[in-house]
Amino acid sequence: MTQDNKFSIPDRLQSPLEQRLKSWESLLMLVAIAIFIANSFASPYFLNAWNLSDATFNFTEKAMIAFAMALLIISGEIDLSVASIIALASTAMGAAAQIGLGTESLILIGLTVGLICGATNGILVTRFGLPSIVVTIGTMSLFRGISFIILGDQAYRGYPQDFAYFGQGYVWWVISFEFVLFSILAVLYGIILHMTNFGRAVYAIGNNPTGALFSGIRVNRVKFILFLLTGLMSGVAAICLTSRLGSTRPSIAFGWELEIVTMVVLGGVNILGGSGSIPGVIIAAFVMGLVTFGLGLLNVPGIVMSIVIGALLISVIALPRLWSMWSR
Amino acid sequence: MKRLLASREALLLLAIVIVLGIIASRFPAFITPNNLASVFNDTSPLILLAIGQMIVILTKCIDLSVAANLALTGMVVSLVNISVPDMPIILTMLIAIGFGTFLGMFNGVLVWKLDIPPIVVTLGTMTIFRGIIFLLTEGKWVNSHEMSDKFKAFPRAEILGMPVLSWIAIIVVILFMIIMSRTKLGRAFYAAGGNPHAATYAGINVGRTQFWAFTISGALAGLTGYLWVSRFAVAYVDVAAGFELTVVAACVIGGVSIMGGIGSVHGALLGALFLGIIANALPVVNISPFWQMAISGSAIIIAVVLNAQANRVKGRIILKRAEQAT
Repeated sequence: MTQDNKFSIPDRLQSPLEQRLKSWESLLMLVAIAIFIANSFASPYFLNAWNLSDATFNFTEKAMIAFAMALLIISGEIDLSVASIIALASTAMGAAAQIGLGTESLILIGLTVGLICGATNGILVTRFGLPSIVVTIGTMSLFRGISFIILGDQAYRGYPQDFAYFGQGYVWWVISFEFVLFSILAVLYGIILHMTNFGRAVYAIGNNPTGALFSGIRVNRVKFILFLLTGLMSGVAAICLTSRLGSTRPSIAFGWELEIVTMVVLGGVNILGGSGSIPGVIIAAFVMGLVTFGLGLLNVPGIVMSIVIGALLISVIALPRLWSMWSR
Repeated sequence: MKRLLASREALLLLAIVIVLGIIASRFPAFITPNNLASVFNDTSPLILLAIGQMIVILTKCIDLSVAANLALTGMVVSLVNISVPDMPIILTMLIAIGFGTFLGMFNGVLVWKLDIPPIVVTLGTMTIFRGIIFLLTEGKWVNSHEMSDKFKAFPRAEILGMPVLSWIAIIVVILFMIIMSRTKLGRAFYAAGGNPHAATYAGINVGRTQFWAFTISGALAGLTGYLWVSRFAVAYVDVAAGFELTVVAACVIGGVSIMGGIGSVHGALLGALFLGIIANALPVVNISPFWQMAISGSAIIIAVVLNAQANRVKGRIILKRAEQAT
């Protein structure tokens, strides 16, 4: 067991530069650059502004949720129901569009459903003291189950014309609305996690919940807010995805929860809580987007890409550990 | 008697009886022995997987790759069957169990030797296993007419009025009841999850115990892979997609604590049966099958709330008050 290392003091501290170079984020950045270069050699269509812009749609919606999920995982909890919240929020918006509500109301409904679902998870975890992985496996079935009850094998179409902007609109040239939203949220979550008291509290809870409680952090309240945020982000992602697809089926975003968790873990967030950073998650989002898109250009089917993602997930964690085992 | 009533397995059994009673009050045909036997047969794959999952969860791990393992092993035996159509069934089963065991060991080694969190390992292997199926077949299906008759007939063959599939589930349940309560390894699973530090001091290698848990889960998933594929007479990439969560759900409903150390074979059995009965009863009572997902979701949440209430230790209350006072 390597637990003792935490308490040992190194003979010589690493210089800040050395530390930064050896960090997870720079390692991941190298991977991202390598994939980018490999892609541009592999396909002549890769280095095209419109194609690259298209590529961002592979990860922007998932990354929006991944930011909130990163905070949640750092605090030692997890939310597996995010994809189902997307389904439920999308179904609610579809039903509202069916009775002729306008774009503003649709957005309000999407966000509200997200918040309600997040609050449900939050209450079950913090009030009842239940393990979040079980609770959210349950709500995952429940939320998507409600979508299935409402829609069955049908689909909602016929969203208002201007609703399409959120998933298909461009702010300027090839810069899509989704990409702008992704960037704003990235900065916002970076600030929340790395520059506020709240962010410090998230780390403290993840490292030692009891210690955090006794140092005056309202552990349950912070966790509840994190579940709310994750729900809200799922609502935002639901708006973008629904607008991009232009239709809602109960199977929408199926299996996304695992991709989002993969993205967060790939970004260097410790799945057991306590450490991780938003820049890491941002780079991981790009890595996953580039891998998916690059292989797509080479006509590699989606399922093979999932092998790459799965192997990436395990190897990025296994390799450093193997390395330290050999060098010892 | 009081202790028996307080146990979650007894409560769950009661819940199952009540559900059956309600269904029977309107549709008496549902509880005829014949129909119950077919419900049991339908649930057998879930029972097999739930037992493996229960053991993994006992050791504070989770195995999200069971359904992918099932699909990959099922595809491998189907492909073997195409090339060697008249291979003895016993050999096919051994291949299935062996291959599943190998996949489970792969998970186990990563958890044991590299100390990677199990949820990460199995999340990764889940996608890898499914991807490998695609690489093996290029997305093609192995259909009924390509499988040999012997291959398809085995799980359906009847012994004493029940299909082999059911008998296998019964045998595995009994086998693991014995293993979990009568062998060193079985006790080690409880010890490693209940209190890893104490287990280490008692001379139990926690990592190796977790490795064996994954191995067993893999073996059962492999066995189920063959049974599943031959029963439904089709193998493709998305066989049993998403089934891993149903398996975890069966365990949670069966009173297995996700924190490790608490759970039993008959609990997992009852949890699986509960889900199986609901799945089979919905069409009978004329509720759209689309309700099933929401119902099992609610069942998980209710089960875990009830379990937590029953487990509440008084010592915790002090902390709660301290928090409220601030």
